Amino acid sequence: MNILLALAAVVLTGVSGFVAAAAGFRTRRGDWVFACMMVLGSACGLVAAFRSMTSIGTSVLSQPWSIPGGPFQVRLDALAGMFLAQIFLIGVAGTVYALGYWPAHKHPQTVGKLRIFYGLMVSGMALLVMAENSVLFLFSWEIMAIAAFFAVTTDDHLPAVRESGFVYLVATRTGTLLIIAMFAVLRAATGSFSLAITGLSATSSLGTGVFILGLLGFGMKAGLMPLHVWLPGAHANAPTHVSALMSGVLIKMGIYGLIRLGSFFDKIPIWWGLVLFGLGSVSAVLGVAFAIGQHDLKRLLAYHSVENIGIIVMGLGLALLGRATGHASLIALGLAGALLHTWNHGLFKALLFFSAGSVIRATQTREIDALGGLLRKLPWTSIAFLIGAVAICGLPPLNGFISELFVYIGMLRAGSQDLGPVGVVATLGVPVLASVGALAVACFVKVFGVVFLGESRSTHGHMAKESPWSMLAPMALLAACCAAIGAMPLLVVPILERATMNWKAEPQQLGLHTLLPLATISWLNVTLILAVVLVAILLSIAAPSARTARVPTWDCGYSSPSPRMQYTASSFAEGLVGMFGSALRPRIHTPTLTQPLPTSSRFESHVPEVVLDLFIMPVFRWLGRVATWARFIQPGSPHLYVTYILATLVVMLFIWH
Amino acid sequence: MPIYQIVVHALCLLALPPFFFGIIVKLKAAFAGRVGAPLFQLYFDLIKLMRKGVALSTTTTWLFRAGPVVALVTTVMAGFMVPLGYQRAPLAFVGDMVLFAYLFGLGRFFTLLAALDTGSSFEGMGSAREATFACLAEPALFLGLVVLAKCTASLSLSTMLTSAPSETWRGLSAPLLLAVVSLFVVVLAENSRIPVDDPNTHLELTMIHEVMVLDHSGPPFAMILYGASVKLFVLGVIVVRTALPFRTGSIWGNWSLFMLAMIAYAVVIGVVESTMARLRLRRVTNLLIAACLLSGFGIILLAR
Repeated sequence: MNILLALAAVVLTGVSGFVAAAAGFRTRRGDWVFACMMVLGSACGLVAAFRSMTSIGTSVLSQPWSIPGGPFQVRLDALAGMFLAQIFLIGVAGTVYALGYWPAHKHPQTVGKLRIFYGLMVSGMALLVMAENSVLFLFSWEIMAIAAFFAVTTDDHLPAVRESGFVYLVATRTGTLLIIAMFAVLRAATGSFSLAITGLSATSSLGTGVFILGLLGFGMKAGLMPLHVWLPGAHANAPTHVSALMSGVLIKMGIYGLIRLGSFFDKIPIWWGLVLFGLGSVSAVLGVAFAIGQHDLKRLLAYHSVENIGIIVMGLGLALLGRATGHASLIALGLAGALLHTWNHGLFKALLFFSAGSVIRATQTREIDALGGLLRKLPWTSIAFLIGAVAICGLPPLNGFISELFVYIGMLRAGSQDLGPVGVVATLGVPVLASVGALAVACFVKVFGVVFLGESRSTHGHMAKESPWSMLAPMALLAACCAAIGAMPLLVVPILERATMNWKAEPQQLGLHTLLPLATISWLNVTLILAVVLVAILLSIAAPSARTARVPTWDCGYSSPSPRMQYTASSFAEGLVGMFGSALRPRIHTPTLTQPLPTSSRFESHVPEVVLDLFIMPVFRWLGRVATWARFIQPGSPHLYVTYILATLVVMLFIWH
Repeated sequence: MPIYQIVVHALCLLALPPFFFGIIVKLKAAFAGRVGAPLFQLYFDLIKLMRKGVALSTTTTWLFRAGPVVALVTTVMAGFMVPLGYQRAPLAFVGDMVLFAYLFGLGRFFTLLAALDTGSSFEGMGSAREATFACLAEPALFLGLVVLAKCTASLSLSTMLTSAPSETWRGLSAPLLLAVVSLFVVVLAENSRIPVDDPNTHLELTMIHEVMVLDHSGPPFAMILYGASVKLFVLGVIVVRTALPFRTGSIWGNWSLFMLAMIAYAVVIGVVESTMARLRLRRVTNLLIAACLLSGFGIILLAR
């Protein structure tokens, strides 16, 4: 019943774009039809997700079909339910948001196409997390990945969009290739395409192969450093609600893959955990360091996805270390932290992208240094962004703090147990996560301060108006979710415990509430909010507005400061970019002053995508030069390409027999 | 925990901090050959500021007024997690050390935003510096706390700072010594003291914390000054507790020992401020990295 409801949601969301196209490819009517179908489909999906998260069992549906590789088999348990919930929640929030952000009358050329691929993305992801068969898994993986490519390249008349779309396409094809290879090795190890695998030997060479291929393939989708090269460009150049869906949910499919991969194996070697923990730490620190150097609002948020994926993978690494060393508390805290952070990141990152989109809609620019003083023009957007910023920095009283606390306590517990060098490594994760938190604070103070506070730095935003309700309502929903998980973490604990059980049925299950004083944290978070409100009221009594004088900002003796003299994002970040200079390789153009009376000149600083520009592009250019001789097989005629496919199939028939 | 202990804790936490500020000022004056302001000057200043009106910049928004409120509330809340006078803190639970550090993070977040809200480049400069140095001070604080946690096999500040300290010191003096030095550096940086920042300078270009609060006035400014003194006190308790883990048999003995140790802490800060020069800003980074490394070695020593 549950599973049929989820499949109905998959179908409804998948066809919604096509139905909308029939109702009106370029008209507002199509928008409304699309929104209604997405709301209906997501409602079905959310009910199914909720029911699977609140029940212990696993429901499986198996139906023979004509596609080779076993029956059509789907499964729904609490773990898959957690992912389904965020797919449909953020999917439907983005649909409502698009009513105001990407309306048919403003984008008649692209709206119909975008609706189709947006619906397919949601549908593909939902099918993916239910797939219990590697052929079905790959099938839905490709629907998701290819639909995402077309959604990213919505504005394909812009060269920057085409370029980042191409980088994404290359990355996702490479990832898919690795995952196909992984499934092939898995098939060799188990003898079937079914994914209902347990007790696989991890120490065998096949097991190692599956782990390495899966880590690369899923890590590419998740955006783990240094496989994140596609992510900043794709997130920055896609329409904002697509960025929110990709950053909030789509990259989590890589995490889902890694989590499922871990459940296949019986005894995990310690180095698997160490590799994930190490990669996670590197992603977290460098992700936020790169974010600090960005000037593009959406690109900056995209690098924060790399950071948060890092935190999630740190938690996952901890859980694997727990399994390798047999410490149930590490499994519980690490996996629960990873899963909860997956949810939390989806919520606050979509919230941040939505409010960033609202800024972009109002000002027509993504350039942080061109903005300023928007808090007075966009009051609700600002509050939404502020809530998202506090949450993403992992600060109390919001949800980011809860999931980071899980990971912190996991690392501290690993340090206090007798684990030798593994314990030391896990303990050193504590200062890493602490500096990630402080760097995130620096980064979001920079963004919020420069975009929303002070005075406007350019003419952008002089005419800014607050966004319509269709954009504000999804933001309010996500902000409320962030606050709810922060104030009442105990509500999600049973879900996390069930999902952990689905991952690895431990003989003695450790309750999360025995490891963490969540009830105390819960009322402390509420107290914190109440105390701030109380003190603010007391202050307004102590300093009534009658005794308040409005004066200009203290100018330190300089009599006519102008808005252009305000601290900019670049100047705010200068110290930290310098500190990480050897990794970020900032390009700085400093003016040279030659004459006694210098003419006007410019200072510019820019942090490039180092891995892409310095490592991958040179390799690809070299490959391109080397491979020119093979160009004759690609004359550009589709007929010939289809002939190639036919010939390949004939050859493969021989291999089959 | 009996209700009177909570009351005593709250009274100490809320009433004592400005007094220790006075000690530092007095000591610095003595070093300079002056008489100096009375020991209770900060109390007088706070009362004076509370009576004054507020001058608000026309550029600012509600965030400017929220900054001091959040900073003060988070600091006081963190203060309820450190044990005073060898009794457990009113708020003590597994992992309170993480919440403790993150509350200061939340306070910092809003203080930095309030500074940027004025649109002044001087205050932008101050908040950029504060944000930069916090990225190193935060891991140093956590590393110090991790050493303490490992020495006492506990994840709660109350247990870490009250559990049989003299025995702990006997076997683990080396890592604890490293942690004390590192935590003391963190305290100096977090409280904007010399050699990281100069609380007295009037030159905007060389300041960190003071320049961020240039535009505050009246009761909100009183909250900032008071919050700073509470922060100095609360972080001081951690250093003092780690450095001087002696205790007597009686409650009165414990409390007087604690007060003497806190006075000694204020004296040490005063001596450091009087005898050292402020570091160049680029050197501050090195100092904080050194603090991280010291505690890092402490962890390695504990892992033997």
